[in-house]
Amino acid sequence: MQHNLAKPAIHAAALAFGLALAPASLPAQGFAGLGTDAEGFAIPQRGTALQFPADHGPHPEYRIEWWYLTATLSDADGQDYGVQWTLFRSALAPQEDEGWDSPQVWMGHAGLTTAEQHFSAERFARGGIGQAGVTADPFVAHIDDWHMTSHAEEGADALDHLQVHARGGDFSYDLEFIAEGPLVPQGDAGYSVKSPQGQASYYYSQPFYTVSGTLDLPDGPVKVTGQGWLDREWSSQPLAEDQAGWDWVSLSFDDGHRMMGFQLRGTEVFTAGTWITPDGTPTPLPDGAVQFTPLHHTRIDGRDVPTHWRIEWAEQDLSIETEPLNPNAWMDLSISYWEGPLRFDGSHSGRGYLEMTGY
Amino acid sequence: MTALILDTITKSFPSAEGPVRVLDGLSLQIAPGSAHALTGDSGSGKSTLLHIAAGLEPAQSGRVLVAGTDLSAQDDAGRAALRRGSLGLIFQQFNLIPSLSVAANLAFQARLAGRHDAAFTDHLADRLGLADLRARYPEQLSGGQQQRVAIGRCLAARPALVLADEPTGNLDEGTGDTVLDLMLELTAEAGAALLLVTHSPRLAARCDHRHHLRAGRLEGGA
Amino acid sequence: MTRIALTALMSHWVRNWLQLAMLLAGLALATALWSGVQALNSEARSAYATAESLLAEGTAERLDHPSGQIAQDRYITLRRAGWQVSPVVEGRHTLGSARVTLVGIEPLTAPQGAGPALAAQDLNAFFAGRAFAHPQTITEIGAHDLDLHPSDAVPVGTVLLDIGRAQEMLDTEALSYLHLLQTQPAGMRPLDTLAPDLRRVPAGEGAELGGLTDSFHLNLTAFGLLAFAVGLFIVHSSVGLAFEQRRAMFRTLRALGLPLRTLTACLAAEMLVFALIAGVVGLVLGHLLASFLMPDVALTLRGLYGAPVPGVLQFNPIWAASGLAMTLGGAALAGAQALWRLWHLPILAPAQPRAWARASARGMRLQGGVALALAVLAIALTLGGDGLLTGFGLLAAALLAAALAVPLVLAALLRLAQRGARGPVAEWFWADSRQNMPRLSLALMALMLALAANIGVGTMVASFRATFIDWLDLRLAAELNVMPASAQEAAALHPYLSDRADAVLPMMRVDATLKGQPGQIYAMKDHASFRDNWPLIDPVPDAWDRLAAGEGVLVNEQLYRRAGLQSGADTLDLPGVGALPVLGAYADYGNPLAQAVLTLPQFQAAYPDAPVRQFAIRTSDAAGLTASLQEEFGLSSAQITDQAHARDLSMSIFERTFVITRALNVLTLSVAALALFAALVTLAGMRLAQLAPLWALGLTARRLAGLELARALVLGALTMVLALPVGLMLAQVLLSVINVQAFGWRLPLQVFPADWARLALWAMLAVLAAASLPALQLARQGPADLLRVFSRDR
Ligand SMILES: Nc1ncnc2c1ncn2[C@@H]1O[C@H](COP(=O)(O)OP(=O)(O)OP(=O)(O)O)[C@@H](O)[C@H]1O
Ligand SMILES: [Mg+2]
Repeated sequence: MQHNLAKPAIHAAALAFGLALAPASLPAQGFAGLGTDAEGFAIPQRGTALQFPADHGPHPEYRIEWWYLTATLSDADGQDYGVQWTLFRSALAPQEDEGWDSPQVWMGHAGLTTAEQHFSAERFARGGIGQAGVTADPFVAHIDDWHMTSHAEEGADALDHLQVHARGGDFSYDLEFIAEGPLVPQGDAGYSVKSPQGQASYYYSQPFYTVSGTLDLPDGPVKVTGQGWLDREWSSQPLAEDQAGWDWVSLSFDDGHRMMGFQLRGTEVFTAGTWITPDGTPTPLPDGAVQFTPLHHTRIDGRDVPTHWRIEWAEQDLSIETEPLNPNAWMDLSISYWEGPLRFDGSHSGRGYLEMTGY
Repeated sequence: MTALILDTITKSFPSAEGPVRVLDGLSLQIAPGSAHALTGDSGSGKSTLLHIAAGLEPAQSGRVLVAGTDLSAQDDAGRAALRRGSLGLIFQQFNLIPSLSVAANLAFQARLAGRHDAAFTDHLADRLGLADLRARYPEQLSGGQQQRVAIGRCLAARPALVLADEPTGNLDEGTGDTVLDLMLELTAEAGAALLLVTHSPRLAARCDHRHHLRAGRLEGGA
Repeated sequence: MTRIALTALMSHWVRNWLQLAMLLAGLALATALWSGVQALNSEARSAYATAESLLAEGTAERLDHPSGQIAQDRYITLRRAGWQVSPVVEGRHTLGSARVTLVGIEPLTAPQGAGPALAAQDLNAFFAGRAFAHPQTITEIGAHDLDLHPSDAVPVGTVLLDIGRAQEMLDTEALSYLHLLQTQPAGMRPLDTLAPDLRRVPAGEGAELGGLTDSFHLNLTAFGLLAFAVGLFIVHSSVGLAFEQRRAMFRTLRALGLPLRTLTACLAAEMLVFALIAGVVGLVLGHLLASFLMPDVALTLRGLYGAPVPGVLQFNPIWAASGLAMTLGGAALAGAQALWRLWHLPILAPAQPRAWARASARGMRLQGGVALALAVLAIALTLGGDGLLTGFGLLAAALLAAALAVPLVLAALLRLAQRGARGPVAEWFWADSRQNMPRLSLALMALMLALAANIGVGTMVASFRATFIDWLDLRLAAELNVMPASAQEAAALHPYLSDRADAVLPMMRVDATLKGQPGQIYAMKDHASFRDNWPLIDPVPDAWDRLAAGEGVLVNEQLYRRAGLQSGADTLDLPGVGALPVLGAYADYGNPLAQAVLTLPQFQAAYPDAPVRQFAIRTSDAAGLTASLQEEFGLSSAQITDQAHARDLSMSIFERTFVITRALNVLTLSVAALALFAALVTLAGMRLAQLAPLWALGLTARRLAGLELARALVLGALTMVLALPVGLMLAQVLLSVINVQAFGWRLPLQVFPADWARLALWAMLAVLAAASLPALQLARQGPADLLRVFSRDR
């Protein structure tokens, strides 16, 4: 169940993001706006080294950017939960200005999934006036009262220790994220290619969080613990013209490995992924290495959404089948998509998060 | 003085086939106090003759003198004054003023003429059998009663000449006869001259003079 | 058979085409007046709806500050506390050649509404400065350098744009108010502790146009109904007379074997066709009328209530349908009685006029009973009632009672006259007038209503006008009014003005809810300008001294009466000040809002942030001061208003307010004259049989025509005399009940006999005009026509 609270003139806001931001489900447009030439916007270049803590902060000269946190959680009774906290930035022009003149627009999404229910909420804000934004040092990302605030010790990476809060109409959560491993650059040292034509983004992750905190549900507060994953990505043209959406997973294996994989659905399917050892060493997986096969579709609001997948990486004899905690984890917001926790079995087992856009 | 003189009167009406001559050089004299009956086929021009005599309609040629006054020399107001002062008209129907009571109707013409005599009017009402109906309004009366009121009203003004156009045409024969009897009696009593249009030879016989209108002229008359 | 019957029935109208024309004209005019008024109302209402749906579709609460301003960081604070609020900036601004209201919104957070939807068409362009305005407003603005797009969703006089742009143009960094979105998350710090100084205004109250203008529209509707009623009198009278005329025909048709049912159906069908024809014509006329009046209505509403109403009328099919329904209903009402009588008519009913008159004598008694009952109801409403609707109910009952009583009173008067009449013709004259009363009574009732409405409304307007002018002269004591553009300019102007003028009276106000009503609190400097020129209603002793000492407040009459306050006994709660005793009330005509006045020091202590909006200046050299202000401060001429200009402005708004009332008044009177004309024309044919005997008895046709004319004039004059007290009663109710309920002020009734004389003259001219044609026809009637009476069976 989801509850749209304080519904603003979301269509206006959605439009702002529909033009510029990735997770919009407008198949007719096929995210076409994203593939167009980024006039005036910076374009990611291979070989640019990521700089921290500066790159934790916003990159206003790029069209889009996000701070994307997911967590697979369990309570004392063994009930599973999933939590999402995302802050999107979308630029109408490649710069930052003071006050209302700022061309930066911010959008927050929060999700909370239980086996029976799925909650979601969103927030919008203009940049420049202090209602939303991100600072790299000290690290704070916020929109309204939602925030992701660094409590990292001196000398440690700012993202090593985060306090996270979001609130919807009938849910809220307060969670602490503590990193047990290093930041992991995706793709070629943080340069992540999204299509055969070469569309790309800067992309790094923190996949090693342990999480604890409280979920506030309509039935009362629940203490939870689990694992978390943060994605940071910015770009100006992440998708090709023909790409209609993507299916993305982050997986935590019981043996401590992590894996990120996605397929971009266009005329040709383009896949990519990263195999991450427990000590944080990444191995990029080239196009075609990972195979996504839908096993079962769930009908949600007139859409057929492939909620169960077989994911294979032949080279490593990896073949797993995923099972969502709640197949109805639809983020029914101004920009809608599927996002929820899963468990997987097969050659390997573990937990993870699945995101599917463009359905 | 002669009560009515009609001297070579002609009258024609326009019609689809050209003018139709209804009266064609007709002459008639009525002495004071004398009673004349006028008969003739339907459409022969009896009513027309009477209307011309009353100054209600002009003749095309000829002279009309009522109580010695030449109507053609009078304007509308003059002719109206003559009607008020010297004439009594009784038609087949619609003689009474609907908004006035029988009593008011009876006195109306006499008062117009400035000759109102209450005793005489009462006397006439009694004679006409209207004594009990004085407070009624015209539409509360039968046809015969209405005609009796018309006769009473006419005679109460002591006209020199009474012109009556089939005053009982709407009544059944018995009632008609009674009413006409009364009229003849009372005009004689009041000394008024009478020109009575009637279809009834029996009634005509009771008049001093009888005229038959045919082809625009009078026949007979004695 | 039905066809033959219809042909026979229709033949009547072919021969009496004038009567048919009257019937159609009456129905069409009734429809026109009613639907015209409804068109005006619906246009205005849809404009209010536009205004209310622009920002929040009327569903979002507002947060505002008494000073009318909220610092922008308060917005951020509330958002960061989790409260879903959205900022709005509003302000007056001169754009091109028009003065407009800029409304700046933040489309990302705004509640759903037409404004954000417009912005969403192209957010990028909107953020960059795209603005939206009503096409009419764009025309008014003329040349401009904005990216201005036309949209009917924006109220007239408003320009919608991005909040950042609006702040820039209005030269402010503050917000005007915040929308509080309908659904809020749970668990935030309450607003009471987070922002105790912000006032939470319930949804709809901020956009109180509907409520404020209700009385105006109710007035219009009442007038429309009155006009419709008057129009129905015409129809009723025409239908009734036509029935009477065709009675012999009905008799014959039925004698020939036409079933009563078929005959009734034929007559009903005939009525329906007429109603449809007249209804469509009426709608066209109504639309024309409304288009003609719309600019004045719009100006009135803008002037009086600041309601953004466009001066152009749009066609609305719902309006048309309801107008037509009203026509059909009215025609059915008018025809029902005739049909009922037909149904109950014995085949050989007497076709005599007196019979009808006597039958209607019974009806008269019934009518008298109804009139009496209505009068009692009106008295009961006067004693026990309260509220605007009750006021109108009282008026309706009283007017209807008076109208129904008209024939009775006239009949009594005529009987009296008949008794006093000397001479047979005079007696007949009165008797005949009495007898024909029933046939004329409907037209006379219509005339009486129209005249009474004219007298009543005229007296009300004139009384109001006289009071208003006196009040305005006192109110506008200041020779100059200067509007500073900003707080800085106000601060600079104040010492400058103090040095050069006899007195400088700063005008400051804050918005507040007073006794639950939207209102304002004003600051008043203790000065003779006020003490001498503001006559107080129910003042406590030494009211001005006590006000100066900060011991209480003065309130405007609207608030005083609506809240039922009592000077000396009651107190008024002022936000930020507390409860203060009410010291008295002052007249405040033309203002829809509640108002309270505090002494200046007390006001400044309570509301230090309130800007000076205006300086009222007492000076003997207004021209010189104006010139030096323009020179030294570069003030625009729009910022300085002199006394004469202010007075002209107020007077023109006042006059505008009653333009529509006057226009409707004249139209109603015209309709009534038409009713009389219709009745007289119809009667003329029937009267021949009544007049012919008199003609035969020696009254000339000319004299009879003169008498007919005289009769109409006498009846008209008597009706006018009857209308006088009714009209005065109406004026009294309007002034002391309706005005108090609708606007909040009570006005003394003043009589203007010269106006009555003028009206009487017009009424007599109208009657004369109505009676002339039939009289002229009679005078010209050839003997042949009159003679035919005696030889033709009716
Ligand atoms: N106004 C008129 N226009 C044309 N023709 C007329 C007019 N009045 C009478 N007539 C014609 O003149 C002729 C005489 O009519 P009038 O009424 O005098 O006849 P009448 O002898 O009285 O008949 P009845 O016995 O039927 O009453 C008739 O043919 C009639 O049609
Ligand atoms: Mg005849």
